[in-house]
Amino acid sequence: MPSLRDYRDRIKSVKSTRKITSAMKMVAASKLRRAQEQAEASQPYARSMSEMLARLASNVTITPSSPKLLAGTGSDQRHLLILVTADRGLCGGFNAYAVKALRQKITALQGAGKQVSIVCVGRKGRDLIRRDFGHLIIESFRDVFGKNVVEFAQAQKISEYVLALFEAGKFDVCSIVYNEFRSVLVQTPMTQQLIPFRAEEPRTPTKGKKAEEKPAVAVGGTSPYIFEPNEDEILSKLLPRNLSVQIYRSMLDSSAGEQAARMTAMDNATRNAGEMIKDLTLQYNRARQAYITKELIEIISGAEAV
Amino acid sequence: MSRKIHFDLVSPEKKLVSEDVHMAVIPGDMGMFGVMAGHCSLVASLTHGVVKLYKDDKGTPRRIFIAGGFADVNGAKCSVLAEEAIPVSELDKNALTQQLKDLTEDLGLAKEKNDKARIKLKIAVVNAKLLAISSQ
Repeated sequence: MPSLRDYRDRIKSVKSTRKITSAMKMVAASKLRRAQEQAEASQPYARSMSEMLARLASNVTITPSSPKLLAGTGSDQRHLLILVTADRGLCGGFNAYAVKALRQKITALQGAGKQVSIVCVGRKGRDLIRRDFGHLIIESFRDVFGKNVVEFAQAQKISEYVLALFEAGKFDVCSIVYNEFRSVLVQTPMTQQLIPFRAEEPRTPTKGKKAEEKPAVAVGGTSPYIFEPNEDEILSKLLPRNLSVQIYRSMLDSSAGEQAARMTAMDNATRNAGEMIKDLTLQYNRARQAYITKELIEIISGAEAV
Repeated sequence: MSRKIHFDLVSPEKKLVSEDVHMAVIPGDMGMFGVMAGHCSLVASLTHGVVKLYKDDKGTPRRIFIAGGFADVNGAKCSVLAEEAIPVSELDKNALTQQLKDLTEDLGLAKEKNDKARIKLKIAVVNAKLLAISSQ
């Protein structure tokens, strides 16, 4: 049976653990607020962009000469998957969920005889898939989320890399796998196709949502649009731009989700530590009581023996 | 009271301007163009330069530098999606001159064609910023 000192030491160590987890929770909460604000601030741009693209795409008929980012390469043999995860752990199942979604996707694609390669954004994702799919990883970006804000320049760097690969003809279809921030308690792994561009943006889990995110084709409706210089040229500028924006949005979602997941995880940890302290204190008091009783019995029986 | 058009200026990171203006002058790829209420529907790609916002038909415009982007105009609304946007009054001449110097050095060091093109583009943007300050 552990001595009183052992109990005291354990209680002390659990208490300091609780201090750390509750501090982490508070840090995550304030970071989450910032991340959410940022995600909201980037909404208008992304919305206008998808409106414009939808309008353009409905105006342009796909011909072999139209931009490859829209029309595709004509094959879907080689897939590039971008995995967006956090740079740091201690956020519950957050990274594991995204990785699980990626694994399923890879298995499905490989089962269909396609070639897969992976680009990792965020350190944790790479660490988790390296053992099984290490040979498929062609590039990994880390420390992209920054200390306070996710910078658009980072998303641009990634999209430039992806575009360079695409232009070099290294893949046909590109999808991004990330955790979508739905609420503080719920983050859902999402798979979204980036190249070739799809106007209706089909997302894998489509449980009744995103009414407001549908590209509003009806806006500006019937009036004929002038395109300056012309449709094709704007498209060829807009499509790469859209890629960065989509990547940026996934990164923002992922970073808000990460903080939310960490907050929840740390909240649980703090609560568990509290419970553990309660149990340990109870055991400590029992042991102390038993010790006192034992001493008393010894004294009394000693006195009686005289 | 003249009719006004609603003008939005957004960058990927935030919404910078959202207000009613009399006229907005926008640097298009094919030249500057002005947008007033009732403008025909237009989608245009933009080059780096200064967006001028006229609150009413007289007075000095508000000037905002943008580094390329797109404009989406219909009769009642004009949205500019800028890659980067800074009010001209916040541009810092000394910092820009320094940046220009650094970039010119980088250009000398760059070997690959892609790198060179990218740096050249950056230099053009910085030059345009400087021009925006001096023409104030």
